[in-house]
Amino acid sequence: MYVAVKGGERAIDNAHAWLAEERRGDLNVAELSVVQIREQLSLAVNRVMAEGSLYDPDLAALAIKQARGDMIEAIFLIRAYRTTLPRFGASAPVETADMACDRRISATFKDAPGGQVLGPTFDYTHRLLDFALAAEGETPVVERGEARTEATPHITEFLNKEGLIQTEVSSEETPGDLTREPLELPANRPLRLQALTRGDEGFVLSMAYSTQRGYARNHAFVGELRIGKVAVEMEIPELGFAIEIGEIELTECETVNQFQGSKTEPPQFTRGYGLVFGQSERKSISMALVDRALRWQELGEDNLGAPAQDEEFVLYHSDNIQATGFLEHIKLPHYVDFQSELELIRKLRREAMENVAPVQEAAE
Amino acid sequence: MTAENNRRAWMSLLAKAPADRLLALWQEHGVAPAFHWLRAPEIGATMVRGRLGGTGAPFNLGEMTLTRCALQLESGEVGHGYVQGRDKQKAEIAALVDALMQGPEAEAVETAILTPLGDELAKAKTVRAEKAAATKVDFFTMVRGED
Repeated sequence: MYVAVKGGERAIDNAHAWLAEERRGDLNVAELSVVQIREQLSLAVNRVMAEGSLYDPDLAALAIKQARGDMIEAIFLIRAYRTTLPRFGASAPVETADMACDRRISATFKDAPGGQVLGPTFDYTHRLLDFALAAEGETPVVERGEARTEATPHITEFLNKEGLIQTEVSSEETPGDLTREPLELPANRPLRLQALTRGDEGFVLSMAYSTQRGYARNHAFVGELRIGKVAVEMEIPELGFAIEIGEIELTECETVNQFQGSKTEPPQFTRGYGLVFGQSERKSISMALVDRALRWQELGEDNLGAPAQDEEFVLYHSDNIQATGFLEHIKLPHYVDFQSELELIRKLRREAMENVAPVQEAAE
Repeated sequence: MTAENNRRAWMSLLAKAPADRLLALWQEHGVAPAFHWLRAPEIGATMVRGRLGGTGAPFNLGEMTLTRCALQLESGEVGHGYVQGRDKQKAEIAALVDALMQGPEAEAVETAILTPLGDELAKAKTVRAEKAAATKVDFFTMVRGED
């Protein structure tokens, strides 16, 4: 039975007004602007775009401000906003081979064509707090080299030419879309990758880490990691041809994993793949490892009972908005539900006491 | 085919151009042709796709915001605007430029707006590529002492 209870409206309004005041903080401190967040907290913006599943740096920055820096709340705001947008279509698959790379490294080939390009990385920093940033510092002058004008080839393509790695067979099949139809299992690889790329970074990282620690270990090497901009092309129906509708930053990770062979085929390396909005290196490597672990069935491997091999477990728990929605709903009023629980436990206790009492008498 | 390729090129450039630069160049050019809407500017999204392993079957990566509109000049040319982000003014200017590029003013518009935009985007891209190049590792092997 549901009983409508009124009377919270004034309290709610006052709570939200106080929230706005707390969000603003000390009025003697300058207010943070949305463009400052977009420009100076860009990796937070990237995460909100990736997990909010909407590429729009200004909106992500606004969401971070509104959420007071609570990333999952910001992602929630973006997810809610994206449902209000009409969809104009789908892009042609982005050509990551044509990426203008800011960063491109390989852990497998030192002398990869195109070279090892570090880009603006945290790697090799000493992780010591830089107190100069607390003062108003000047940014250093950035050195420049000779710009590479040609495209940087994918490293796995070299292995592919020798037949050493399994081929990714191109197709033009329309992929399933879990924002349009509920995710049903077993999911195919395109659906799994869609779920992983918008999945919670912490969750996907932990799943990937579990494979490294031995729960369905798949011996991943980072064949290549690249970060940079790609053009997004879409067919415009009223024009009858495709144009570039914009440019987005992506992080792509290709792993080269343990090989397999059979009686008919010689041994070959296998692949895991990660592709994430923005500069999202940790997430993209994690995605590739989990993608590879989830492929056990199609690659004819044993089910070792590892969490990262369990499609249901991974895909149904990777979405932090679903998770937080269900988790946090338990703090909302459940007065009537709880009332019935209370009555039940009182009744059970009464019955138990009545049953216990005669036994005690008998013992006397 | 060449006409189509040219149009693809300028529409792609307009889609990627920073909104503030496009607005500034448009205002500097100072034309305001009369037109009517075929489709008023609307904000929406498109699903961006990737491929498994970079080369395989497509999958849905996530959406991006997009603004589109269509208009017709009094002289008859139809212009389409499809631009990244949520900026109705940018979409309108893009559609106007697209329409003007099909008429007698094409050369003037190209010189005043498209060429500088293209140069600026190319320069920004080159600067990033130069910075990336400076972070390229030059491996060398240490020669050990004996002999």
